[in-house]
Amino acid sequence: MTRWTPDPTFYPSARDAAGAPAEQLAYVAAFDRSAELPDAIAVVDTDPSSASYGTVVGWTDLPHTGDELHHFGWNACSSALCPTAPHPHVERRYLIVPGLRSSRIYVLDTKADPRNPVLVKEIPAEELAGKAGYSRPHTIHCGPDGIYVSALGGGSAEGPGGIAVLDHTTFEVRGAWENDRGDQYLAYDFWWHLTRDVLVSSEWGTPSMIEDGLVPELLLGRKYGHRLHFWDLAKRTLVQTVDLGDQYQMTLELRPAHDPRKEYGFLGVVVSVEDLSASVWVWQRSGGEFTVTKIIDVPAEPADPADLPPALQPFGAVPPLITDIDLSVDDRFLYVSCWGTGELKQFDVSDPLHPVETGSVRLGGIVGRAAHPSFPQERLAGGPQMVEVSRDGRRVYVTNSLYGAWDDQFYPDGVGAWMAKLDVDPEAGGMTLDPRFFPHGDDFRGRRVHQTRLQGGDASSDSYCFP
Amino acid sequence: MTAGQLAVLAALGAFHGLNPAMGWLFAVARGMQERSRTVLLWSVPPIAAGHLASVAIVAAVVSATESVVAGNLVAIVGGAVLVGFGLWRLLSARHFRWAGMRLSAAQLAGWSFLMSSAHGAGLMLLPVLATTTPAAPAGHAAHLAAAAPAGLAGTPAAALDGLLAAGVHTVAMFAVMAACALLVYEFVGLGVLRRAWFNVDKLWAAVMVAAGALTIALTA
Repeated sequence: MTRWTPDPTFYPSARDAAGAPAEQLAYVAAFDRSAELPDAIAVVDTDPSSASYGTVVGWTDLPHTGDELHHFGWNACSSALCPTAPHPHVERRYLIVPGLRSSRIYVLDTKADPRNPVLVKEIPAEELAGKAGYSRPHTIHCGPDGIYVSALGGGSAEGPGGIAVLDHTTFEVRGAWENDRGDQYLAYDFWWHLTRDVLVSSEWGTPSMIEDGLVPELLLGRKYGHRLHFWDLAKRTLVQTVDLGDQYQMTLELRPAHDPRKEYGFLGVVVSVEDLSASVWVWQRSGGEFTVTKIIDVPAEPADPADLPPALQPFGAVPPLITDIDLSVDDRFLYVSCWGTGELKQFDVSDPLHPVETGSVRLGGIVGRAAHPSFPQERLAGGPQMVEVSRDGRRVYVTNSLYGAWDDQFYPDGVGAWMAKLDVDPEAGGMTLDPRFFPHGDDFRGRRVHQTRLQGGDASSDSYCFP
Repeated sequence: MTAGQLAVLAALGAFHGLNPAMGWLFAVARGMQERSRTVLLWSVPPIAAGHLASVAIVAAVVSATESVVAGNLVAIVGGAVLVGFGLWRLLSARHFRWAGMRLSAAQLAGWSFLMSSAHGAGLMLLPVLATTTPAAPAGHAAHLAAAAPAGLAGTPAAALDGLLAAGVHTVAMFAVMAACALLVYEFVGLGVLRRAWFNVDKLWAAVMVAAGALTIALTA
């Protein structure tokens, strides 16, 4: 599977990647909440000149049920050009797809027929637990020397969660990544500043804290994760932990600057238990130490308790619930999902500490139920959740499901399934919904849709070692 | 050492220097991160030093053990190892990684030493080194013969000859590596990595297999 010339989808720098050709296809993780149907990777046509644009054109069912597919990723990406471990002749060809509930990891080959990926390997939960001591694989990143997989749970116990490494040619589980984790216990997302030998990780909860839904006692008891961890990527040791304060519950998505000379990044925090607001923070390093600063606060929106799900009725308000963020490859625009209020916000973060809101689109929402312009009669459930930005920064894709058990709590009458696309003005900012692109409902064959990956790479898949 | 042998050693050095994985890419990256040609230039000597250490070990061992019997044995066993190692490199894709991106000069030399050793850089010189025994001037190897001064063969002093070989090789490697790094940093740009990075790993492995076969052929 090695090539004679570098994989054309690899770029040495973010600047080069921003000039990449537009994606033709999007891969979407789709799962059956009832665990009666197999989960699947749905393939959506993203070529505007195609007759099937905006529709599901391919489908790969997985062999088991109840996996609950989550944040999948590519086996290899632009980090293969990094000088410490260069291997540019591997191919971006396999999707590494974790089942968050089953702890299985699937490897799908997209090469022969990109519209119908073929399952080539299945890593059973026992192998992940036996070799790495982890369960509930969550997020995949293509590292320079292997495939890194964050996991929420321990192999035989609740925790600690952490990162497992897979061999990037055989896909065997090599083991746990950490040499010394200090007091890190909760895990969620991770990413890195490759050229600074820094890895950053965030926190959600252990399996029992999430799998049956949000536990109100744990939330009000401030037990969900509220810290950020900074690691030595080369030595694999925990160097520094920053606590945001326990009113900030669930430090989830991490989006470091793509420019490898920069040492800052963005963090989304789901909810403050003091006022139900959600927030975005920036980490940065000065004088060797990392500091974390809140830069965006999104307040809760008052609502009639009669319109709210039982869990929110005592509060009389809708929390924004920032469940995902994504940073354009040129580090200019940050997209912020407010899954509770059903809003996608766009901020110009050219000056990371002083973001300027440049766009907002409403879709769904616990109370708002905003419709898509193409189907104005249809009240949408869920909200913009996972966000994916194209490499050139001109297109943004969103899907609407968060996590099975949590969907049910916040959208008890059903979260549905929809995917939307927004067109962006990369110079002035601002974004508008594409009326031609709205696969939803039966298009996804009864599954919910969680996350999108774009063919050839996207803003949250690749990391670069050259400026 | 004959002029022909020195030329072969230098050519292999140039080949090693050309391989981005042997260090010039790292030098370019460091230069670009710091926006400094000086940083780039200061990265090259430690990388060359690590390469020299790796190659010199093989060269010194081979030269010091030279005698008719030992020379043949070293050559044939070495040739077989080389063919095997080359085939393994050709067929295996297991990745090597030793350290991160922020390295001191000593760590950079260490990285280069391991990188060169893991790629069998020294072994690749075997056909030149192991077939130079002065006691075997006849037959197939005649045109490569008469390297070490008479009387020194098989003695520790002959190891110096091996070190000379390693030195010549490394100077060529250093020059080509520095030229590649500077060229890419100053003029060509990073786009060359996407367009022109031919899969040297496969070529490298093929050269190794060929060198092994040649060693055995010259000795037997």
